Amino acid sequence: MIECKNISKTYKSGAAETKALKNVSFKIKEGEFVAIIGQSGSGKSTLMNIIGALDVPSNGSYFLDGSDISSLSEDELADIRKKKIGFVFQSFNLLKRTSVLRNVVLPLIYEEMDKKKREELARKALRGVDLSEDHFFHLSNQLSGGQMQRVAIARALVNDPAIILADEPTGNLDSKTGDIILKTFIDLNKKGKTIILITHEQSIAEYASRIITLKDGEIIEDFDNNEKSKLIPILKNK
Amino acid sequence: MLYRDLLEETFLAILSNKVRSGLTALGIVIGIGSVVAMMSIGQGATADITSNIQSLGSNLLIVSPGSQGGVGSNVRQGQGSAQTLVLSDSDAIKENISSAVSVAPTVSTKKQVIYKTNNTNTSIYGVDAEYLVIKNLEMEFGNFISDSVKRNSRVAVLGPTARDDLFGENVDPVGESIKIDTQKFTVIGVTQAKGGTGFGSSDDLIYIPLTTAQTYFTGSEVLSNISVQVESEELMVVAQNEINTLLLERHKISNSEEADFSIMNQSDIMDTVSSVTGALTLLLGAIAGISLVVGGIGIMNMMLTTVTERTREIGLRKSLGAKRKDITMQFLMESIVLTVVGGVIGIFFGWAVSWLVGKFGDMTTVVTFSSIFLSFGVSAFIGLVFGYYPARNAASLNPIEALRYE
Ligand SMILES: Nc1ncnc2c1ncn2[C@@H]1O[C@H](COP(=O)(O)OP(=O)(O)O)[C@@H](O)[C@H]1O
Ligand SMILES: [Mg+2]
Repeated sequence: MIECKNISKTYKSGAAETKALKNVSFKIKEGEFVAIIGQSGSGKSTLMNIIGALDVPSNGSYFLDGSDISSLSEDELADIRKKKIGFVFQSFNLLKRTSVLRNVVLPLIYEEMDKKKREELARKALRGVDLSEDHFFHLSNQLSGGQMQRVAIARALVNDPAIILADEPTGNLDSKTGDIILKTFIDLNKKGKTIILITHEQSIAEYASRIITLKDGEIIEDFDNNEKSKLIPILKNK
Repeated sequence: MLYRDLLEETFLAILSNKVRSGLTALGIVIGIGSVVAMMSIGQGATADITSNIQSLGSNLLIVSPGSQGGVGSNVRQGQGSAQTLVLSDSDAIKENISSAVSVAPTVSTKKQVIYKTNNTNTSIYGVDAEYLVIKNLEMEFGNFISDSVKRNSRVAVLGPTARDDLFGENVDPVGESIKIDTQKFTVIGVTQAKGGTGFGSSDDLIYIPLTTAQTYFTGSEVLSNISVQVESEELMVVAQNEINTLLLERHKISNSEEADFSIMNQSDIMDTVSSVTGALTLLLGAIAGISLVVGGIGIMNMMLTTVTERTREIGLRKSLGAKRKDITMQFLMESIVLTVVGGVIGIFFGWAVSWLVGKFGDMTTVVTFSSIFLSFGVSAFIGLVFGYYPARNAASLNPIEALRYE
């Protein structure tokens, strides 16, 4: 469902040029759980922005569900994001002083869905990330970090996107809360969601069934981690 | 995005920073409020003057001395400053112009008037019986100057304001005697109030017989003006032309451009006055409009701050699929709602101010629907204009950079 063909991205700021991605090619099939790993500055976020239709490559083509979206306009890209992509950010990006439920409903407002139906879907998504009903009407800034990130995941899930893109989702959390979030992703993947997880920590990448390693804007390894990922204790515990 | 959702988002955003939103809207409240109040004062003055002019009487021509070069020059020279109109002119009009129903020659002057210890400086009008008919005057007490009043008799009819000044309100002064300049006069009547204050009021004056005024005060045959009531509206132009021809002949002037008198009808007067009061209203409105612009700049300032503060939120919304239009509308709506709410409060505020001015400021104020509609439209327009730039800034943010914004 995702196919990148010779993708390059060059940032120009004044005279300086940064080649953030160089000739990157790979495919991701539906239902995969892929970790993209690499050191800071290796081009992970740049790649995620392109996969997530937030940005377009400077060169090469990006096929999402068979259609080339590497040269779409700003508003056409917004449409793709609305329908196919769910983002999870390191810093959660919830609306402050806004209820949990309203945060989760937000993507559906842009789909012009009616109020009753979208609240139903939001509740379902929140239950899907194990957030208890008591918290639905709390303001987002009254929650703990782990709860906030689960609300953010619910928001990414609510419009039933094909792909969940998570850029360092555990980066702002302690390791115990981080594990709960990772488990949420593993559960979602078991239910059939395609998940792309970006991280710079090997230990987190190990949870994925496939690990793509980036270095200086190039793929240096594409590793099938399926067998090993099943041995990770967190999976056995539940 | 559905309009209902857009409005909901807007109100949530506005309420999430109540103090700032309130202060920003206050700028608009004051702006719109002062426009409404100022316009009401301007329009009140217009209404006042208009009703005064209408109360002059209907189908009226006023012949004044002085050159004819248009209304403006007549005003500049001042009525009565030229001495070209005399009583025989008035008699000639009465005899020769068939469409002239009544002709009222008038002299006017200003004199000190004394009753016991009270005194006032007021206009003294020398008139005859026909004046009552032409000006639609009605009596509160006693009688007006009639044809049976003897030449040069020293009797006076008071306007209600003059009566109030000399005798006190609601007093019947008939039979009392007053001193105008150095002459003793007997009060024979008081006219009813015709309403209207300030300019052109017909309440603050004293009427005496024309012959008396000429004998004791102006000392000649010279008139201040001649009011002519024409039989019907349709005959106004004919009458005006006939009087013009008659007086030119009498004054032995062959070129009508050099006429030493001028004839105005009510609509001429109305035109002059309404162009003046219209300019006054516009001026007042424009001064108040400046505060409205300041209020609009306040809105723009707040919206720019809001957009900067909410950069991340804008990035997030874009990542969720919000289009340019969605973001533009969201911020535009915020500024429009702020200005419209401010505008509505401002209208009530301006209304209240104009009511207070009318009640305690001894001024007529009129709040018209057009000024309310105008203010409402202007406030929405200001929201649109001053909100557009910040909203467009928000919509054109790059989502990736917006999401990274600290
Ligand atoms: N908007 C940008 N403008 C210029 N250079 C950028 C921009 N975004 C990223 N870069 C550069 O591109 C390279 C890859 O960045 P990024 O994709 O953020 O890496 P990672 O997420 O792996 O840390 C870095 O050298 C970074 O400095
Ligand atoms: Mg990064």
